[in-house]
Amino acid sequence: MNSLDPADVFRQEASELFEVLEGALLDLTLRPDDRELVDTAFRALHTIKGSGAMFGFDKVAAFTHEFETAFDLVRKGEVKPTKELISVALSAKDFIRSLIEMPESTDSIIGEAILAELQQFVKTDKPAASPEIVSAPAAMEVQPAGWRLHLEFASHILCNGTNPLDLLDDLRKLGPCFAIALTDGVPLLDDLEPEQCFLKWDITLHSDCDKSVIDDVFMFVQDEMTLTLAPLVYSEDAVATPLVPVLPDVMFCDGRSASTAAEQSAALPQPEVKRGEARRTDDRGIATVRVQAERLDELMDRVGELVIAQARLTQLAAAGDDLSIKMIAEEIERLASSLRDTTMGARMVPIGSVFGRFRRLVHDLSLDLGKPVEFVTAGEDTELDKTMIESLADPLVHLIRNAIDHGIEDTATREAAGKIEQGRIELVATHAGAQVLVTVTDNGAGLNTARIRAKAESLDLIASGAIMSDYDIHQYLFHPGFSTAEKVSALSGRGVGMDVVKRTIEAMRGTIDLSTTPGLGTKVTLRLPLTLAIIEGLLIRVGEGRYIVPLSAVEECVELTAADERSRGRHFLNVRGDLVPFLKLRDLFGTSDSSDMHQKIIITSTGDTRVGLVVDQIIGNHQTVIKSLSKLHADVTMFSGATILGDGSAALILDVVQLVALAQAQSEKQQAA
Amino acid sequence: MATILTVDDSPSIRQMIKVVLGPAGHNVLEAGDGAQGLETAKSAKPDLVITDLNMPVMNGLELIKALRKQPSLLGLPIVFLTTESNDATKQEAKAAGATGWITKPFKPEQLLAVVSKLVRA
Repeated sequence: MNSLDPADVFRQEASELFEVLEGALLDLTLRPDDRELVDTAFRALHTIKGSGAMFGFDKVAAFTHEFETAFDLVRKGEVKPTKELISVALSAKDFIRSLIEMPESTDSIIGEAILAELQQFVKTDKPAASPEIVSAPAAMEVQPAGWRLHLEFASHILCNGTNPLDLLDDLRKLGPCFAIALTDGVPLLDDLEPEQCFLKWDITLHSDCDKSVIDDVFMFVQDEMTLTLAPLVYSEDAVATPLVPVLPDVMFCDGRSASTAAEQSAALPQPEVKRGEARRTDDRGIATVRVQAERLDELMDRVGELVIAQARLTQLAAAGDDLSIKMIAEEIERLASSLRDTTMGARMVPIGSVFGRFRRLVHDLSLDLGKPVEFVTAGEDTELDKTMIESLADPLVHLIRNAIDHGIEDTATREAAGKIEQGRIELVATHAGAQVLVTVTDNGAGLNTARIRAKAESLDLIASGAIMSDYDIHQYLFHPGFSTAEKVSALSGRGVGMDVVKRTIEAMRGTIDLSTTPGLGTKVTLRLPLTLAIIEGLLIRVGEGRYIVPLSAVEECVELTAADERSRGRHFLNVRGDLVPFLKLRDLFGTSDSSDMHQKIIITSTGDTRVGLVVDQIIGNHQTVIKSLSKLHADVTMFSGATILGDGSAALILDVVQLVALAQAQSEKQQAA
Repeated sequence: MATILTVDDSPSIRQMIKVVLGPAGHNVLEAGDGAQGLETAKSAKPDLVITDLNMPVMNGLELIKALRKQPSLLGLPIVFLTTESNDATKQEAKAAGATGWITKPFKPEQLLAVVSKLVRA
């Protein structure tokens, strides 16, 4: 059983609830009449309030209570969820969030201001003060020696799960207790309903407890019973009048267990007798377990080591003749690979958790800039490694910010261009093989190629007059310090430029691509690997060295024909009619020993570009546990990491993106020559 | 040891209940909404159900009514959690067949007190 601190669970849960709340509030701006949305928002608030109070977040509970009270009017339909109201509600949500996340640095004045604003919209008569739960009934003035009780229960209480005998047991805990069961209400056997309670009781309790203590015993059934209580003064004889003067048929005395007594009384139904035996420890219904992210990371590391050890075993087994060891090695290989998949699966999180944040971003930006923007998302349930999702948030914020700030034109311009007034931003995630594609598409003006070019020229990045494709010019957007925005708006200047976006994405072994249609919009495509920790790789040999090419980048393998080999100086390959540039890794790595007779070409692709890599030998598939290179190798561009092979030696992982860029540069040089 | 089913859409409440009742020797089962709760109750036959009222899919009132219709769960004590101290909610839940209630926010002792009231060792 895990023993997570409930307060931490609350924090985590609260942040999920905030997303739900925010989502519902934003949806309300589009569909103000949707009852379901109001209910969802209300429920989220309600839970935050209830749980907050329990885990010591008193300010949160008090503030949320006010918020909830106001929102209750919306739920009841008395107040319309106008855009203005939603705006205030969103800032109230932000305030609660900071109360939870940074309780020290959150100023309650802000909260009061938000509440005041909220009150204006909903005009409640209630003052902004948290209500106290009324409790503590008045104490008894006289301390009696005991109590006389007369109990009559509603006949259905057994069905409602109340066992009167338990209540009698509770009374016994208060002091010596003498109970008389009154059976006059019990019908004849033919008319007896076993699920109904017909018994009444007269009880004498010797205890100096308060009346409220006795009330507490019956607190759940107070409405379903008549309880007559009279103090017992000093001794039983002093108050001689019994409350109900009936002769007892059965007596329940102090020392006897209630259940034996129950068995003797045929009138008493026993719906619960068998329940204890029929117990099953069935844990269905537990659908999810929360695990700390570090533990998952640790698990992934261990699995990585296991995969390496397994590779060594497989290699040893393959070298020997022992068939049984080979079988074990195969079995372990199979297990390790499914363990790897399971572990990676456990780290996968739907990307929708990040998407939710952007709706707010778009909402706020579109208000700030006065550009009405519709935000559409798709593929929220596409799963990605948790760590990647986290590092993906900032780049996406930047891309969406750019799309609204620079992409979407202002209303006047749009009208002049004959476009609909409302801009549109689409955020879509899809699976593509071992990769996930995330695209941000806007229907704005598209990239202004001429302006980018002018800027690049002014920065001396391009010689003026050089002939360049639009695509190449657009790549300058990823250049550090490159901005075509004429004035710095409040939205820019956050220290994240497109170059940082590109670097972040490439650090995740992903790629970023821009495509644009003038007047119609821009589309940014991020291609990301499914996971960071273990990839499928293609093990190759160049000279003596062994290298890994990420399998996700490999399109096909072909043989380097003598004809291709002969065309020296023109490193192009004819692949079914397409010219594909190729790189000789031997030349690139400075391999000196003689090359193999039949060299192979691996056709790799990133985005729309294909490049062939000439290698000596293709060894085969390899489950690659990625180890990052040390800081000393930070400048190495051709390799993205390393891995340990089965025999303990290291192999470098090729950075296909960089190699493609290199090949392109080379082919351009050749074209220019 | 008793088997106690907690039905709440809030994991932190469920966790809280688990943290309090687990060490007290109870086997705590969890369900995230009424529909799940009903299924778990049917299969696990708990000794006590602690349910929230405000839940998605199937709310607490519906769950209580549904549980009361189960012949195999006759006399099962059902406690509901409520933040409102107002009586209307309580009456409604009681009428649906609830045995008792716990007012949120509650302290661990209060929870234990209610459980020991309704569950006998």
